Amino acid sequence: MLVSLNWLRNYVDLGDISPEDLAEKISKTGIEVDGIEYIAEKSKGVVVGYVESCEKHPNADKLNLCQVNVGEETLQIICGAPNVSQGQKVAVAKPGAVLPGNFKIKKVKLRGIESNGMICSMQELGIEEKYVPKDMADGIYVFEEDVAIGESVEGLLNLNDAVLEFDLTPNRSDCLSMIGVAYEVAAILDKPIKLPDESLETGAEHVSDYVSVQVEEPELNPYYGAFLVKDIEVKPSPLWMQNHLMAAGIRPISNVVDITNYVLLEYGQPLHAFDFERLGTNQILVRRAKAEETLVTLDDETRVLSEDDLVITDGTVPVALAGVMGGKSTEVHDGTKTVLLEAAYFAPSSVRKTVKETGLRSESSTRFEKGVDPSRVKQAGIRAAQLLKQYAGATVLDGVVSVDTLDRTEKMVSINSNTINDRLGTTISNEEIGDILRKLRFPFEQNGDVFHVTIPTRRGDITIFEDMLEEVARIYGYDNLPFTLPEGVSQAAELTEQQRLKRKVKHYLQGSGLHEVMTYSLTNEAKKQAFVSPEVKDYGVHPVKVAMPMSEDHQYLRLSILPELLQSVAYNRARNQMNIAYYEMGSIFVSSEESITKQPTEEQRLAGALTGNWLEHPWQQENKMADFYVVKGIIEGLFEHLAIPVAFKPAKLPELHPGRCATLFVQDKVVGFIGQVHPVIEKQMDLKETYVFDINLESLLNEYRDRTAFNVIPKYPSIARDIAFIVDKGVLAGDIKSRIEDKGSPLVKQVQIFDVYEGENVPEGKKSIAYSLVYQDPEKTLKDDEVEASYQEIVNTINEEFNAYIRS
Amino acid sequence: MKEQLEAIQQEALEKINTVDNLKELQEIRVAYLGKKGSLTSVLRGMGQLSKEERPIVGEMANRIREAITASLDEKKEALEKEALEKQLEAEAIDITLPGRPTNVGGPHLLTKIVEEIEDLFIGMGYEVREGPEVETDYFNFEALNLPKDHPARDMQDSFYITNELLLRTHTSPVQARTMRKYGGNQPVKMICPGKVYRRDTDDATHSHQFTQIEGLYVDKHVRMSDLKGTLDRFAKKMFGEERKIRLRPSFFPFTEPSVEMDISCKVCHGDGCSVCKQTGWIEILGAGMVHPNVLEMAGYDSNEYTGFAFGMGPERIAMLKYGINDIRHFYTNDRRFLKQYHQA
Repeated sequence: MLVSLNWLRNYVDLGDISPEDLAEKISKTGIEVDGIEYIAEKSKGVVVGYVESCEKHPNADKLNLCQVNVGEETLQIICGAPNVSQGQKVAVAKPGAVLPGNFKIKKVKLRGIESNGMICSMQELGIEEKYVPKDMADGIYVFEEDVAIGESVEGLLNLNDAVLEFDLTPNRSDCLSMIGVAYEVAAILDKPIKLPDESLETGAEHVSDYVSVQVEEPELNPYYGAFLVKDIEVKPSPLWMQNHLMAAGIRPISNVVDITNYVLLEYGQPLHAFDFERLGTNQILVRRAKAEETLVTLDDETRVLSEDDLVITDGTVPVALAGVMGGKSTEVHDGTKTVLLEAAYFAPSSVRKTVKETGLRSESSTRFEKGVDPSRVKQAGIRAAQLLKQYAGATVLDGVVSVDTLDRTEKMVSINSNTINDRLGTTISNEEIGDILRKLRFPFEQNGDVFHVTIPTRRGDITIFEDMLEEVARIYGYDNLPFTLPEGVSQAAELTEQQRLKRKVKHYLQGSGLHEVMTYSLTNEAKKQAFVSPEVKDYGVHPVKVAMPMSEDHQYLRLSILPELLQSVAYNRARNQMNIAYYEMGSIFVSSEESITKQPTEEQRLAGALTGNWLEHPWQQENKMADFYVVKGIIEGLFEHLAIPVAFKPAKLPELHPGRCATLFVQDKVVGFIGQVHPVIEKQMDLKETYVFDINLESLLNEYRDRTAFNVIPKYPSIARDIAFIVDKGVLAGDIKSRIEDKGSPLVKQVQIFDVYEGENVPEGKKSIAYSLVYQDPEKTLKDDEVEASYQEIVNTINEEFNAYIRS
Repeated sequence: MKEQLEAIQQEALEKINTVDNLKELQEIRVAYLGKKGSLTSVLRGMGQLSKEERPIVGEMANRIREAITASLDEKKEALEKEALEKQLEAEAIDITLPGRPTNVGGPHLLTKIVEEIEDLFIGMGYEVREGPEVETDYFNFEALNLPKDHPARDMQDSFYITNELLLRTHTSPVQARTMRKYGGNQPVKMICPGKVYRRDTDDATHSHQFTQIEGLYVDKHVRMSDLKGTLDRFAKKMFGEERKIRLRPSFFPFTEPSVEMDISCKVCHGDGCSVCKQTGWIEILGAGMVHPNVLEMAGYDSNEYTGFAFGMGPERIAMLKYGINDIRHFYTNDRRFLKQYHQA
């Protein structure tokens, strides 16, 4: 809502408060003021001039030589505007005048002839082009009214106005009208309010002689009032009205249209004017539209209607979409003589439905959707009729033909000053509360600490005690509220075990060199089912799609973090950021329903992607690329950090390199995977060798137990033994390791792989793997022959089971 | 014999004085004090001396031995020290060469902000709760006093999945869920951070996905002044002790009264500047007293229990705190951005 302060002054004496101070007061007490706009930058020295003569410039085709009377003198001015002519009253910037942009007007010579000033267009006076009446947009401004020669144009053209831009919350639709704003500002400034005069002189004929009104669905249209206005002369509306409309962001068109718009803004009540001759019948019937019925609206669009839409008909065919837009066939035009003026209350829910379906949102529908003031519907019609009589020379017919089932009861809300103070933490006195109610102009009866407040119909948002609590609090001033802390007994609070663990996991990964990132949960068609972990796939998942996506890139809820994470890696590579180590913790959305009916399971996962250099130390010639074992080391460390045993098994996943991929097992359950992104996908995404991991975080957190315990530090020395086996290339080092651990138990305490070798001295197709074993007996000092026996047993077992032999 | 001894002493001390390495020093020690050393052999001739002379010469010989030994030890220490110094000098390295880097990662900036807020409120007795990102229409709207058809639903254009399921538009449903959990007869004191979604086109100030933190305190006798005091503590902790707050009326369907909280501008301290659009204040969060309908729907008697709630956007807080100019930075994950904010 744009609030012109000059317009507002009609109802409230604003005194000499600056627009900035007023905006601040309003913001702090009621409504957020988003901005202050001045109609025009300050200009000075611009007055009304009378063009006494206008001739062609002898030396220039497109210029005119005008003699302009500005009161004290007559100035010779050269004007290039196409619409200048003798007999006009125009805005003249005299020599010495200053126009917006600090444009100083001086005497000049144009094509040899002196020009003493400038005849101005509205744009030159600082008015935005979109508000300038169409016929004056390409030329100078011409006064249509009888204005005094020599008078300053500042007031005449409202150039000194400031406009406050209200950011209205949905509850404050009362301020979608100047009168509503006036009540609000009067309460804030504690000033009296002056409402428009609603007296109306009518002709002898009665509206009911001409027209009847019928409403089929009073629920959707509890009030429909028809006024009839005859002998209209369509012409421009008065200058003051044009000024007010322009300040409110509406372009003036003609008196009839301007008056309905003016009353819309003044009363917050949308009105509609039908050309009565064009309507062609003596009947208004309001009903639901029939399915597939059509109506050409004012914007020349053919609307196909449904039974949800309410329409105004001429008895048979629709002539307007109720509360949303009028029809083309009955539009007011330059030759209109008689107007049927509609003042109605349409149910918010009905209008909202039509707006949603048609996408038509207008100044009218916005107000109906939020509910107009039931007490002001008919009054607005009277006000418009009165203005038409005054500014269109019309005769208003007596009375109004209406269907009226509208509830205008005022609600009562009782408030108790003790409860108010308890809720706010204040000590507001009864006198202060009474004073606040008086400022708000809410009638009340006081009974000790209790106030029975009558809520005016304009404030439909106030229905319960808490609403009144807010009214009292905001007028009292939130600045006056004390600062306190809750007095209730406070329980000790802490993170839950899972929350604490999640932080631990993050800290571990960050300490290991990974950056945390966040990507979008919504992904695209191509990525919706990529990189889904095997145990998630086992549910038989169906990606969840949002009904109305904003873009193709964000329409499916992710089933894996990795596709968007890899997108981030590619984004960085494209910006020459080659070395990336990222992780993300977040939910995936798992549903096994083909067409979803219940909330998907949100599984928390931990995913990461690494590419490029991992360790780099150029001057010591050290350069380690991120590879499978870097990622594996980080993941092994994570599980060790959480004291959860994990096993890696070779796996083949469609998006991963078939020879460089493993699934992770905790006990017998798959909990995720690690591996290199499949080279084909790397190429598609413009990635270089990139390694990823993806782990079911929840299973990890659930598996976590505090396993901290004390083990006696062994007193007896340990003995180390190394073995190197030659095996076929395809044999897995981990399998041999497990077998050694198994076979060597309980004396073998530790098995480590310390060398893997292929090449010279190792036959083709074979490799050598070296293990270092640590023997220890917690009870006694080990004897050599015990170790030797165990060692031999291990060697024999491995040789036999893995077709191995000892490397000598 | 005396002369002989004195000559030995003089000769030995002179040699010790000029020697410049430990090996030669050892040779001198052997040459004079060793079993076949000159001092030893002179002393072997002591038997030939008279009874009277023997103790005198013996005493003299001991003195000379001690003098030589002391001199040898002193020289040894000096030479050793010199050798060590040489070694240390030779071992010196260029400490200005770069160290072998340890990979250092870091948290996402939003995590940092969220954890900071979590810790602040945990300290005030709030628990941290989480909830689903795909919500039911009931918990996202209806339980928060936003019945179907409520005009305020227009404030949040939602990503619906079905008529009854949507991506949550705020973290407030966690409030409704938590209140139900506490069953209408226990205080609730919680904050809930999380991801939320709105049908916005991504640009510098809009993101279809962002994070939110909501707080809720429900108990007997919770006052609006408690909300003001709590928010003041939050603002001072988060933005600096010198910051002031103010509350302005606003509207949220789930609170009544509803307010927005501003903090005084860091740059102009309230005088008005370009950062705060000349107002002196910067909008930070929305808050209010829990609407009685919300309390009642969760099973609380709104005559007995009252409460306050507040909600804020970590992105906005981060952008204000660090002067970040584009919300998309939080989700594009440019390494150059992440690295700026990875300090602990």
